[in-house]
Amino acid sequence: MVTSPAPATPLEAELLRLAGSVPDPELPVLTLEELGVVRAVHVLSADSVEIELTPTYTGCPAIEAMSLDMERVLREHGIREVSVRTVLTPPWSTDDISPEGRRKLREFGIAPPRTVREPGPVTLALGPTRTTAPETGTGTQAPDTRDTNARDTDPVHCPHCGSADTELLSRFSSTACKALRRCLDCREPFDHFKEL
Amino acid sequence: MTETTRTPQATVAAKAPRTRESVHHAAALALGDDALVLSHRLGEWAGHAPVLEEDVALANIALDLLGQARVLLSMAGDEDELAYLREERAFRNLQLVEQPNGDFAHTIARQLYFSTYQRLLYAHLATGDGEFAGLAAKAVKEVSYHQDHAEQWTLRLGDGTDVSHERMRRACQALWRFTGEMFQPVEGLDFDGEELRAAWLESVSAVLRRATLDVPEGPQSGGWSAGAGRQGLHTESFGRMLAEMQHLHRSHPGASW
Repeated sequence: MVTSPAPATPLEAELLRLAGSVPDPELPVLTLEELGVVRAVHVLSADSVEIELTPTYTGCPAIEAMSLDMERVLREHGIREVSVRTVLTPPWSTDDISPEGRRKLREFGIAPPRTVREPGPVTLALGPTRTTAPETGTGTQAPDTRDTNARDTDPVHCPHCGSADTELLSRFSSTACKALRRCLDCREPFDHFKEL
Repeated sequence: MTETTRTPQATVAAKAPRTRESVHHAAALALGDDALVLSHRLGEWAGHAPVLEEDVALANIALDLLGQARVLLSMAGDEDELAYLREERAFRNLQLVEQPNGDFAHTIARQLYFSTYQRLLYAHLATGDGEFAGLAAKAVKEVSYHQDHAEQWTLRLGDGTDVSHERMRRACQALWRFTGEMFQPVEGLDFDGEELRAAWLESVSAVLRRATLDVPEGPQSGGWSAGAGRQGLHTESFGRMLAEMQHLHRSHPGASW
């Protein structure tokens, strides 16, 4: 874009609120605003607007359902023409999920993502799996020294009982954005919204 | 090839030799085809993976790659036409990604080699201001998880039972000759191939050593071995994969549901 975007008008702010109130098609406890995927609404003419939507993952299949839902809501509010533009920059991060969104995720039984803090790609160091003997098991393996991010010392808490003693079962769960974990105290398996 | 375009503007662009646009187009095809072809290969595991968690994991990785492929191919033209209506020789993917799944160790070795390359390349592209910076910055975060998945499995299989060790060793060795192609220059992409090779080798070697596996010996590419996917030369199994991937679209042109 050549010019810097003009500040949102009161109408645009209201339309942004409406578009953002749409529930996420995959996690209906969250609104799109709480998920942090609706970037802006631009009024193009009296009854035509453009919405800027950013996908959580590049291949997120929910993006089409989100677009249709937002179009429907804005049409119900008298906007005749609604177009949705997918933007990739800046990339969406789980840090974009609002505190209220995190609370709702936990209530829904999904452990919310921890804060990523530092921008950009990070080396991921997930804990040993249940099949890896702790420390003493494989003598030939050098100790994993990658566990240095502040995030990795911050345990994933069980959304059911709150215990910090949980283990990773699979890096990929019901959707790409979640990992499957299990609580070692209450023994319940649960989804964890992976940091991105 | 895709020069048989439909709009007058596109015809002009296609005829103009080596414009900035056509160079950009070539790079988008190379990266997009890598993602598309590997996505399809990983999708072949659906319903066949050794455990349910892996079925889901491989499908999720395939979905990430498919999303990247859609963005990249759309930069080069119509995504569906490019995916479904090109002949084998028009594809610009690395030969590595088209290799058959083989056993699970084979798939993991392919994942280790490719995800390490893709993460390093995308991390580099993300720091630039080229056409691919936006996608690369987004995709590199997804690919970090793919790489982690491949590394953890390499450790588990390499440093596992005698059988799993032997299978993983064989797989790493068999695919080694397809790895040199990753460091060849790609028109329209700004990266130093030797620098990339050094970083890749360091990362992969460290994982293999921790997995009690030797770093394979032998050439990483060459006349004898492999490495011309970027020029449109592909290995035998790729034609069969394309036939399966494209047949529905070609048999029912314009179908919808």
